[in-house]
Amino acid sequence: MSYFRVAIHIVPRRGLLDPQGKAVSDALHALGFSGVRDARIGRFIVLEMEASDAMDADASVRQMCERLLANPVTEDFEIEGVHVIEGAHVT
Amino acid sequence: MKFGIVTFPGSNCDYDAYHAVIDQLGERAVYLWHKARDLEGVDVVILPGGFSYGDYLRAGAIARFSPIMHEVASHARRGGPVIGICNGFQILCEAHLLPGALMRNSGLKFVSKPVRLRVENTDTLFTHRYEAGQVLRMPIAHGEGRYVADRATLERLEDEGRVVFRYVDAHGEPTTEANPNGSLHAIAGIVSAEGNVLGMMPHPERAVEPLLGSVDGLGIFHSVLERVAA
Repeated sequence: MSYFRVAIHIVPRRGLLDPQGKAVSDALHALGFSGVRDARIGRFIVLEMEASDAMDADASVRQMCERLLANPVTEDFEIEGVHVIEGAHVT
Repeated sequence: MKFGIVTFPGSNCDYDAYHAVIDQLGERAVYLWHKARDLEGVDVVILPGGFSYGDYLRAGAIARFSPIMHEVASHARRGGPVIGICNGFQILCEAHLLPGALMRNSGLKFVSKPVRLRVENTDTLFTHRYEAGQVLRMPIAHGEGRYVADRATLERLEDEGRVVFRYVDAHGEPTTEANPNGSLHAIAGIVSAEGNVLGMMPHPERAVEPLLGSVDGLGIFHSVLERVAA
């Protein structure tokens, strides 16, 4: 077993109104950042976990996203990276 | 008849529901702790409002995995009536006992005020005591009540008469201004395909006596009472 750090992005699905994102993009326009086309605000989850290898960790996190971390009706998720944590001792 | 009111950590409308059943309906009610694995023989389950698990992650996302929810789902599959109010509606959607999801209000604010609802279908377990098109007054109190679903689901809900309550204005029309949270199709409440699971954001249990400003919520309780007792 190895020890991994996995980062997950969860954002409201494109096409659904994201009022937080809209408020932020309006504020950015007010500040003069007129190039901003869209802003969506979601959450960023960092997990530290045991798994036999990176593929196993990725598969397991995908299931976590589908079952709990993201709502399939309203959100999209992206597993950003699976990184081995060096020097961690797993018993 | 016996109502079971599920209490999750963070539920805060459980006593309101209890009061409605005991004092206004004169029926029996028990609280069911979320860790329980037994519905104690109740006829109707109420998932009350509140902030189960602090609304962490998403409203209802963690509560749906409470042990009691396994029993609630079995009860629903057997055709037993389930009423999810506010946070209870969010939990029912997360648990896939109802389709769709409830997202952050379009205005970003928590909205606590009385609203008008139009009864869209009186041929349901929960609404047969109302008149078709009747406009009700009930309070809402939520930050995440914007009902969303994909287009196919919305069409199915509409075609099957499963939208039971819609937000409307004083003339009974579903205008943008009368929609307090940006819900698609101004949806305030829906029922399951089998018709025995109701989810709604407004609070009928807070509209059960004149002192509260409205008695319009009683119709839901009386409807289910009449059918289940029969």
